[in-house]
Amino acid sequence: MRKNIDYHAARWDEPLIMQLGTPGERGVLLPACEKQILEETDDPANILPAHLLRQTPPELPEVSQPRVVRHFMRLSQMTMGFDVTPDISQGTCTMKYSPKINEVFCQSPKLRQLHPYQDEETVQGILEIIYKLKLFLCEISGMDDFTFQPGGGSQAIYTNACIIRAYHEANGEGEKRNEIISTAFSHPVDSAAAHTAGFKVITLMPESNGYPSVEALKAAISPRTAGLMITNPEDTGIFNPHIHEFVDLVHEAGGLCSYDQANANGILGIARAREAGFDMCHFNLHKTFSSPHGCIGPGCGAVGVSDKLVRFLPVPRVSFDGEKYHIEFDHPDSIGQVRNYNGNIPAVLRSYAWIMSLGAEGLKRVAEIAVLNNNYLTKKISQIKGVTIAYPEGGQRLEQTRFSWETLTKDTGVTTEDVRRRIVDYGIQSYHTSHHPIIVPEPFTLEPSESFSKEDLDLYVEIFSKVAEEAYENTEVVLTAPHRSTTYQVDRSGCNDPEQWAMTWKAYRRKHLK
Amino acid sequence: MADKKCFVHPYIPNSAPAVEQAMLEELGETAAENLYRVIPDNLKLHRKLDLPEPLVSEYELKRHVEKILAKNQTCDEYISFLGSGYWHHYVPAVCSEIANRAEFLTAYWGDTYSDFGKWQAMFEYQSLMGELLNMEVVSSPTYDWSSAASSAIMMAVRITGRSDVLVPSNISKGRLSQMKNFIHGRANLKTVEYTANGTLSLEDLHKKISADTAAVYFENPTFFGCFETQGKEIADLAHKAGALVVVGVDPSSLGIVNPPADYGADIVCGDAQPLGNAMNYGGGACGFIATQDDERLVAEYPTLLVSIAKGENEDLWAFGECTHERTSYVKRGDSPDFIGTSQWLNAITSGVYLSLMGPAGMKELGEGILRRTAYTIKQLSSLEGVRTPVFNGPHFKEFIVNFDATGKTVAEINKKLLSYGIFGGKDLSRDYPEFGQSAQYCVTEVHSLDDINRLVSALKEVLA
Repeated sequence: MRKNIDYHAARWDEPLIMQLGTPGERGVLLPACEKQILEETDDPANILPAHLLRQTPPELPEVSQPRVVRHFMRLSQMTMGFDVTPDISQGTCTMKYSPKINEVFCQSPKLRQLHPYQDEETVQGILEIIYKLKLFLCEISGMDDFTFQPGGGSQAIYTNACIIRAYHEANGEGEKRNEIISTAFSHPVDSAAAHTAGFKVITLMPESNGYPSVEALKAAISPRTAGLMITNPEDTGIFNPHIHEFVDLVHEAGGLCSYDQANANGILGIARAREAGFDMCHFNLHKTFSSPHGCIGPGCGAVGVSDKLVRFLPVPRVSFDGEKYHIEFDHPDSIGQVRNYNGNIPAVLRSYAWIMSLGAEGLKRVAEIAVLNNNYLTKKISQIKGVTIAYPEGGQRLEQTRFSWETLTKDTGVTTEDVRRRIVDYGIQSYHTSHHPIIVPEPFTLEPSESFSKEDLDLYVEIFSKVAEEAYENTEVVLTAPHRSTTYQVDRSGCNDPEQWAMTWKAYRRKHLK
Repeated sequence: MADKKCFVHPYIPNSAPAVEQAMLEELGETAAENLYRVIPDNLKLHRKLDLPEPLVSEYELKRHVEKILAKNQTCDEYISFLGSGYWHHYVPAVCSEIANRAEFLTAYWGDTYSDFGKWQAMFEYQSLMGELLNMEVVSSPTYDWSSAASSAIMMAVRITGRSDVLVPSNISKGRLSQMKNFIHGRANLKTVEYTANGTLSLEDLHKKISADTAAVYFENPTFFGCFETQGKEIADLAHKAGALVVVGVDPSSLGIVNPPADYGADIVCGDAQPLGNAMNYGGGACGFIATQDDERLVAEYPTLLVSIAKGENEDLWAFGECTHERTSYVKRGDSPDFIGTSQWLNAITSGVYLSLMGPAGMKELGEGILRRTAYTIKQLSSLEGVRTPVFNGPHFKEFIVNFDATGKTVAEINKKLLSYGIFGGKDLSRDYPEFGQSAQYCVTEVHSLDDINRLVSALKEVLA
């Protein structure tokens, strides 16, 4: 082991904010009302009806500014963001470098201090960014229009499900077409959002090559088919080569095809939704297009649709008349609003800047290097004792790979959850195992995006080799991990016990500090 | 640039030719594009994407983007009276500092052993909101208030097993659109009229409430800015009918106003945007759902719920997800709702804000807004042809200003106000034709006496 052997996470033993401060301390002061306002208005206790007046002040802590800053700085230090570790671990999440210059743009009051209801004359700059990013994504996907209203990938999938619903309703087939087909290795929300939108979901299971057969799809298709909602490459990193046939079959049956492009990083500039025949798609701007993941958002699920579906897109929309940009509401067939206002616009601005920095050639290099990195990493990881690649018959992987520790578990009793905790001791992020259902035993999923160097990959492999070796030779150290993290292994079963769980300090006090 | 081997980009370490070559050799390949043989040829693009020439130097990119952004006029440069459910508040520097910490900004799904600080920050946000709302369970964030309200209503539908949800027509049209879209075909949304005071009509509620009613939803303050003064009466009526009470609330009011839990709310929702999140042209949203700690209610939350896990002693703890199998990640095609990447960094920022503000800060915030609102209404109502407030009673932040008697449209007035350096209130004539030529004005703690007086004198001139 060359590096990271001496790693130790920050362990500040920091109290909860609710335990800090003393009565009377203040963290920030607000402008007081001027004398004239005080003279001409009544006391709030008289303005408000007595029954609306809060009698008991909220039990918020009273903490001075330096202590608040120190507290949250410490919490940040106990968080392993991308910027402090080569985060190859979170497969399916496309962890990549978020350029610092884009954060400079996002700190501009020219973005921060814009209200979504401003006169369009006063927001021509941000509307230009929104409009131009739409054009870029249309070219990248082959779709004809985009919306950035959805606040994440899940909400984007939901938006596509609503558009599928609206399309069939407009054709008088809303009642009849009530089934969506998805696959077991598509993101769970492809099923969940479709169900939320009122559809019954049919899930196709993988064959030995990792993807479902054309025959299985044919058996699922019926006059009730509303659409196909699918990821490709799937969460395993396997590309379904029959995707065009899938799309054609669903089209022949009268359904629409929605492409979940959360896993698009390996195919930018290589393959598009349009050539595969899809009617709609979505990109995660917080994954593929470099907007930071922000501790689980804010992100942006950019939804793209082909011509025949443009009329159903959410409102408001941004248009351009050749001179000025406009905000439009007047689209009677629109599904309406899926989220307030125009979306998480900082993610839009960052994505615009990222594409402008890379251009067509750069985007293709992103994809190629992401796929090269993954094939290099996959070869090395699969050589580690105890590791197998899920679905070896599935052919070359694209941007990510699902592996299995099944052999390691059989040999040593060490599970994927144990390894997941142990790698943290070497300063790398805990990895993504698998979404449900857990089909691959003892799974883990790695995605070395274009942001990692060969040195990063080699170090990562070395750490995995070391942990596998520990599993065989010093099992206990893996089973009892972590040892050099912010905290030790804690029994978290109480989080699922109504008597013990506590989502707030208020509940914790009642249940545990009686 | 024709030879792509020369395209070395700072964001892509292995685009350096020698490294790329070494890795290809390791794989026995000659070119990276050969790694795509799994993709059938007819699915490939076979041409270069048609995108603008890249600005590969950071300096050129900066010039380019800043030039576009410079075309925006901001609420710093103008005095803005825009609100309508999304607000210009002061964002303390500490909030921005913490929200920009790279560790938080660039983390994602890591567990408690790698992202301990993130989980603690989220638990603290939930806890601080719990104090403000007087509720024991607070969700991790939803996308925004409207998605929180939509999910909360459907929670009530599942809990009661009933079909109707009653929603007053004094909520925003956007929110109503989003709710309808969300519950489409799964429940019946019925609107309840509002009274001449802007509050929910108890008479109409009486008429519409039944044994089929799953939820009665209302907001406090209402979208119109006046308070819903009959919270307890509505809650009693709903509970008598066996329905749940879902209340949407602006959390910035709760330093002085009773939390909905105290007048009978079963589920509370809203948006933490006003608590330390910059407007960002709509990107500051942070929806929340809150209830008491009742197993039956917890089982229906669609969001992640962060629980503290007690270790062997008081000094040792960790954080975990409460009942992850509840969520769409596990329920998949049987899930009645969904969650995914939402607005966590905004929630962490709101936790910082509440930590800074404390009980005194939240009280002063509420009091200051109440008084500034009252003052602004008083000054504007003295203008000839101007009628405000349209509804009686105290207002918080928002109030409606009617210009019918001036013979001018809101659009005309707002265009003219721009030349005075003012963003006038939101034009309501499209969404609420019943108000005629009316605008919704909003004041918060950011408005000084001088700002308000400048509005009054500008309007005097514009309307003359």
